[in-house]
Amino acid sequence: MTDELPRTDAAADAAGDARPAAGEPLLRIEGVAKTFGTFRAVDGVSLDIKAGEFFALLGPSGCGKTTLLRMLAGFEAPDEGRILLGGKDIAQALPHKRPINMMFQNYALFPHLTVRDNVAFGLRRAGMARADIATRVAEMVALVKLDGLEKRKPDQLSGGQRQRVALARALARRPQLLLLDEPLAALDKKLRENTQGELMELQRRLGMTFIIVTHDQEEAMTMASRIGVMNAGRLAQVAGPRELYEAPRSRWIAEFVGDINLFDAESKLRDGHRLVIGTRDAGTLVVAEPRQPVGESRFSVAIRPEKIKLSRRGPVREAGHETAINRLDGVIADICYLGGTTTYKVKLDTGGMVQASVANSARLDVDAYSLNQQIVAWFTPDDCVVLPS
Amino acid sequence: MSARRIFARPARFAAIAPYVWMALFFLVPFGFVLKISLSQTAIAQPPYEPVFHLTAGWTAIRAAFAALGFDNFRLIASDDLYLFAYLRSLTVAVTATALLLLIGYPIAYGMARLPKRWQAVAMVLVIVPFWTSFLIRIYAWINILQHDGLLNQILLALHLVSEPVVWLSTDTAMYVGIVYSYLPFMILPLYATLAKMEPALEEAASDLGAPRWQVFWLVTFPLSLPGVGAGVLLCFIPVVGEFVIPDLLAGSNSLMIGQTLWLEFFTNKDWPVASSAAIVLLVVLLLPLLLYERLQRRQLEER
Repeated sequence: MTDELPRTDAAADAAGDARPAAGEPLLRIEGVAKTFGTFRAVDGVSLDIKAGEFFALLGPSGCGKTTLLRMLAGFEAPDEGRILLGGKDIAQALPHKRPINMMFQNYALFPHLTVRDNVAFGLRRAGMARADIATRVAEMVALVKLDGLEKRKPDQLSGGQRQRVALARALARRPQLLLLDEPLAALDKKLRENTQGELMELQRRLGMTFIIVTHDQEEAMTMASRIGVMNAGRLAQVAGPRELYEAPRSRWIAEFVGDINLFDAESKLRDGHRLVIGTRDAGTLVVAEPRQPVGESRFSVAIRPEKIKLSRRGPVREAGHETAINRLDGVIADICYLGGTTTYKVKLDTGGMVQASVANSARLDVDAYSLNQQIVAWFTPDDCVVLPS
Repeated sequence: MSARRIFARPARFAAIAPYVWMALFFLVPFGFVLKISLSQTAIAQPPYEPVFHLTAGWTAIRAAFAALGFDNFRLIASDDLYLFAYLRSLTVAVTATALLLLIGYPIAYGMARLPKRWQAVAMVLVIVPFWTSFLIRIYAWINILQHDGLLNQILLALHLVSEPVVWLSTDTAMYVGIVYSYLPFMILPLYATLAKMEPALEEAASDLGAPRWQVFWLVTFPLSLPGVGAGVLLCFIPVVGEFVIPDLLAGSNSLMIGQTLWLEFFTNKDWPVASSAAIVLLVVLLLPLLLYERLQRRQLEER
């Protein structure tokens, strides 16, 4: 039933429905900046978002992601730049005049109104007919599986139920763009994971455009098709989850998204399509030549913990690969058992420390390593990335 | 001895302390007033009879009880003077409370929306008049409003009027005095509810398509109702019984119940009638209080 929800409606029409021309992005953010006092919260952000995308703004607290979201909703006006929705500049439009809805971090449900009246609030403001409102509310309540709770007040609901009311209320007007401000932060881990799946399913089914703000990189990677990483008011990288993780553009991004081992480079030598890099802490490493050539600037070699293999003797040698494999000798300095994986910290003979994450693929750990055990950590050149410092 | 036992006694005392206080300083005096309201006036010291003498013996006390009656209440019910005084008190209180709400709400709202450090400053500014004696502040208003007072001087200097306006001894002057004196009692509870309201609620309303005035009427105002209730009660109840402000600023042609009471008590030396008038006033004031209490309980039950 819900698969066939019509996409346009009174609410959007009343607000001046603006559909993008073919090939144009739904939302175009052009050089947007916002300063509070002397603090530049958002510092020249440009970004295109296509219709139907699930986009995540990811960053540490204070990076400007929430300010950017609030400018899209209309709660803050940008000092510079334009925000084009379907080609129309809405940067200075008031919040109630935008075909955009937002799901608030702590849901901001109206405590004096029932679930039904909360969901109907936006529809009444759009001047929808009574019968249509009743139909739409019923539809929304079913969509977020809240049947039977229509007459409850928000404080008679659990955290998960409140989150659903907030979602239903924000979706009810069928906005062209739904903004979600840390929508799952208040839920416990299990519920959060389930809800992530439901949100993705809902977004795909309704074909709506979602922009989610989160500080949780796992959440962003799970749900979003594209992620914009923000740092100090700027977009540091915009990429799909895989590219962001495997090919981060800078050392800061590599460290912010997941765990990573970093070795400062001291010298480099070209060897065909490989670079031989001398590092301070891990001896000489062979890495695949980066796509962007490394200039004379300082840089480091980065490798994710799960890409590092551990073995008692040495790497299994494949013909023609002997010289290419990076081999680091050391002793196990710390073991952290996490259930699915175990993280080992290896103190290298060359002085550095390297972290390796190993999947616990067998229940009985006859092969597990013990503290102070001599070990070889190894990885291939293709598993490394070279990052400017 | 466990910590629980040590604290049990003071905790129990703390729980009954308010009741002891109310019994000693409200119920016992109220009993006196009630007794006097049922007595008859007499030229004596004290100016009413019967007088209970606990030493006089059982028969004397029973005789004194038999002498009590409702004559004073009948007098109050039959004399228009009292009815008009009550009506005037209620009219003045309703009008003044409405004015206070109209003036106090925007001030409280503005305060609650100030940056945090300015809120503290605004709070001090609201409270600071209390540091001067209430009577002195009312006398200051007499100075401002009198024939050659500050207000008339300004109006004349600006050529807004050609001759001095009579302000003093009018209802206008009385309302100015009441609104001025009671404004903090309206602002503070309103400010308290508005300041703790989550700003995201108003943002959510405007995000869902509500223009500013709808945001106010559909979200801000309904959520501030507990503060409105508290402020209205804090102003309405004392204004009904107000004596000083109408006595100093209003004309003498129509009296509020507080003034009538004062006249009965001090000029006519009729303590029993004054006491009866006070009892009736108390009953009248109990009604809105019970209503508010009931509304609040219903709100709590809904949670």
